Amino acid sequence: MPVPSPFHPRTADLCTSLAWKSWAGIFAVEHFGTCHEREYYALRHTAAMIDVTPLYKIDLTGPDAAKLLARVTSRDITKLDVGRCTYLCWCDDDGMLLDDGTVTRLDDEHFRLTAAEPYFHWFESHARGVDVELSDTSARIASLAVQGPRSREVVAAALEPEFQSALRTLPFFGALAARVRGFDCVVTRTGYTGDLGYELWTANEFALELWDAVDLAGFAHGLLPAGLSALDVSRVEAGFILAGVDYTSARDAAIPAQKSSPYEVGLGWTVELDREDFIGRSGLAKSRSNPHRRATVGLVLDWNELERLFEAEGLPPELPSTAWRGGVPVYSASGQVGRATSGVWSPTLKQNLAIGMVGRSHAKVGTKLEMEVLVEYQRLRISATVSKRPFFDPPRKRFTPKNSPSSSHSSPSGELV
Amino acid sequence: MKQSASKSYDAIIVGGGHNGLVCAAYLARAGRKVLVLEKRHLVGGAAVSEEIFPGFTYSVCSYVVSLLRPWIIRDLNLVEHGYQTIPLECSFSPYPDGRSLCRWSDADETRREISRFSTRDAEIYGTYGATMARLAAFAKPIIDSPAPQPASLDPRELLQLFRLGKNLRDLPADLLEQELGLMTMSAVDFLDAWFESDQLKAPMACSGIIGTFQGVRSPGTAYVLLHHYMGEIDGAFRSWGFARGGTGGVSNAIASSAQAFGAEIRTSAGVDRMLVANGKCGGVVLDSGEEIRARTVISGVDPRLTFMGLVGSEHLPDEFVKELTRFRYRGSSGKVNLALDRLPEFACRPGSSAHLRGDIAIAPSIDYLERAYDEAKYGKFSRRPYLNVVIPSLVDSTIAPPGKHVMSCFVQYAPYDLEGGAERWPEQREAFGDTVIDTLEEYIPDLREIILHRQVLTPWDLEQEFGLTEGNIFHGELSLEQLAFLRPVSGWAHYKTPINNLWMCASGTHPGGGIMGAPGALAAKAMLKSGAL
Ligand SMILES: Cc1cc2nc3c(=O)[nH]c(=O)nc-3n(C[C@H](O)[C@H](O)[C@H](O)COP(=O)(O)OP(=O)(O)OC[C@H]3O[C@@H](n4cnc5c(N)ncnc54)[C@H](O)[C@@H]3O)c2cc1C
Repeated sequence: MPVPSPFHPRTADLCTSLAWKSWAGIFAVEHFGTCHEREYYALRHTAAMIDVTPLYKIDLTGPDAAKLLARVTSRDITKLDVGRCTYLCWCDDDGMLLDDGTVTRLDDEHFRLTAAEPYFHWFESHARGVDVELSDTSARIASLAVQGPRSREVVAAALEPEFQSALRTLPFFGALAARVRGFDCVVTRTGYTGDLGYELWTANEFALELWDAVDLAGFAHGLLPAGLSALDVSRVEAGFILAGVDYTSARDAAIPAQKSSPYEVGLGWTVELDREDFIGRSGLAKSRSNPHRRATVGLVLDWNELERLFEAEGLPPELPSTAWRGGVPVYSASGQVGRATSGVWSPTLKQNLAIGMVGRSHAKVGTKLEMEVLVEYQRLRISATVSKRPFFDPPRKRFTPKNSPSSSHSSPSGELV
Repeated sequence: MKQSASKSYDAIIVGGGHNGLVCAAYLARAGRKVLVLEKRHLVGGAAVSEEIFPGFTYSVCSYVVSLLRPWIIRDLNLVEHGYQTIPLECSFSPYPDGRSLCRWSDADETRREISRFSTRDAEIYGTYGATMARLAAFAKPIIDSPAPQPASLDPRELLQLFRLGKNLRDLPADLLEQELGLMTMSAVDFLDAWFESDQLKAPMACSGIIGTFQGVRSPGTAYVLLHHYMGEIDGAFRSWGFARGGTGGVSNAIASSAQAFGAEIRTSAGVDRMLVANGKCGGVVLDSGEEIRARTVISGVDPRLTFMGLVGSEHLPDEFVKELTRFRYRGSSGKVNLALDRLPEFACRPGSSAHLRGDIAIAPSIDYLERAYDEAKYGKFSRRPYLNVVIPSLVDSTIAPPGKHVMSCFVQYAPYDLEGGAERWPEQREAFGDTVIDTLEEYIPDLREIILHRQVLTPWDLEQEFGLTEGNIFHGELSLEQLAFLRPVSGWAHYKTPINNLWMCASGTHPGGGIMGAPGALAAKAMLKSGAL
């Protein structure tokens, strides 16, 4: 049985659909109402809040915290400034990918790491001979993602007044130690939607207060609570990979072929090789210089071909309205060259999208491949063009206003590009 | 007379409505040098967003999208140019007795709502929708290709052509009967064959009369019901949506695409007349007197304005003029746009806003609608009109300040030919606006208190400001005898005109009005194919 998250009293009241799933053993809402669409559109056009508490969290404190993180993860964390977050991954001794997540430097000697899977003991086992204290805060810290074009105004209004202007100028991947209604709350400008957005972190006992503060602040901005179905549509649009879906963690791989290097899943850019030894370094150096076995790509599927296949059956084209996950064969003229692992019809881009892993030689943007589709119980194929990720990348995601106007509404459309 | 800068254009498009812009984009994409001339200070025509009251952006005329062809969206990369849609979630109808009906995208929820009025209707409602969607699928190719060519103009053959046209030939027998009904019946008669409850039929029947000067009991109105099911958002058959930033967002995306392909757009550049000599058009003269020449001129305004206003009937064959005069406009609708201090609350469903995220129909009964039409027949605007209301600011944060809202009310009937003459509209404008507010107030008791600003558009205003003849929102009624190869004039349904080098590309041509883009795109394709350009 999953257990409730600290936001559960609120989400349970609102989740009239009773559509729950287990996320890391915690009850998570799939969609609050009969379907996720309204929540998705709030994410892209107003703002939405999502309970992301099930993310695993490790707090690291002490003079050597940075050193430990640099030793275990792909990045030289010693260079990360206070008040900044970064995206990274960590590998096994052979340089094969275990998991990916973020690290925030809350203080000189205080970091917080997030992970999709539990890795507390993995980090702890590498903490020999360093002065650092690790604490598994997963069950103690509640996290709430507030995402969407209006999220800046919503989060600002939820904070105590003295933090509002700092929030408005908080840069992409910045972190702010703020307060909400008298309690401490860390705000990071991060998220999984590829949009303007923030994640709010506070101790469990303040979770409901935080929810209420955001909810109240968001009312005027059209904020809605959103579930994982809406989040998943936006994460595919954003081109983000998901551990366990788009790649198998080396820890879970049943055979070596199921493991991937960070280069293969498109996380090569998070790997800083030219530094002091760290876990997996020599293996990573090898995978970097060797032609990689595979590469993760974005695929845009041909709509006209799909429409024609349905038309041949006398049917209008039909697609699931939620994102799909699975393993669908991807072909080149010479045969199968990989698989698509996630996909979605993007209501914003009006494109049929997928993320997949293919042989390195087929990964160049513009390469024409084919993907299998099921039409009236028949296995057929449509063209799939390798395309750049993120598929959806609005300027507002990174944009930060220079000064901090009390309300940014004077030119709404400009800000919301 | 001034002669414009030495530029020479392959084509001048008169009118920067969305169809003119689509046509310009396709021509520019094919490498032609194109100039769009728009009279107003901004493009969009009837698909336009304007900040009429500071902080509030109104979709001044059209307010929902659905018909814009997906292939046009792809061909013109409209998403890259900012085109985004947000689907309407539901259709809500309040009734004077305090009850209400909301039809949702979720079938079971809708069934539950309808069964409060009729369990029989609730059971059959899904089948009705599926049947209409299947019919629409057969009819859809018609709006994606040029009008079919009739072999002769014998009315019996014409009907045959409509019914069994290329695309309808494969119609299964069960659908054929429905199709025949649609072609000939009134919206009410057609719906009577399906449903029993007035509360359900009344709001449904309204889609048969939008933009026409007919009542829900007038024969022929059933056909327009089908149009409601032809909409597509996101490829699959779906209902209607809001364009982000208002319907002007659609026009702006198309304009941006056209410019990216190299088209030139000039606003505040009204065309005074076409340069016609010896049956040929060689350019235009602007209101300013400036003369601009081009190999072809394409009219993006309606047929009456094009031929009677800008060309002059003396240049046209008599038969053509006669048919043109018969082409009916008879505008029957107006628009009231409101800026609201907060979200309005309907007395029949307090404490929630979910049912306001779609469209709201004030159409409580068939008799109510028919009475509204009766008044219009005798030259009065309806005392209690049919209203189609949307509050897009609930789902689009770009059009109103936080917590405030815009409310768009489409109003029917507002007959262009007001008793005493159309010129009397300006003095009736505010009374007309009051009628709309009075009507709404019966359902939203505190509406007056929350209105910050109101814009009232009568059919007269639609004509004067937007160039829509007699205020017809579709450049001529969408009735069977004014569609396909009969639009706007039989024999001239393929974008060509009796004047050489003069073409048409707007809603007065096949496949007609609505934010669809198809006339503009099909016209451009026809011109390119014919070698005229
Ligand atoms: C009140 C209202 C509500 C509507 N609601 C909807 C709706 O919700 N959904 C929907 O799909 N459709 C709706 N419609 C219909 C739809 O908006 C129109 O059919 C469509 O926008 C027409 O586009 P167009 O490009 O063919 O012509 P127009 O948009 O009429 O464009 C013609 C252009 O020509 C310009 N012009 C006129 N005279 C001159 C001149 N002499 N020189 C230069 N330029 C000139 C005009 O200013 C205008 O920009 C509505 C229309 C109205 C009026």
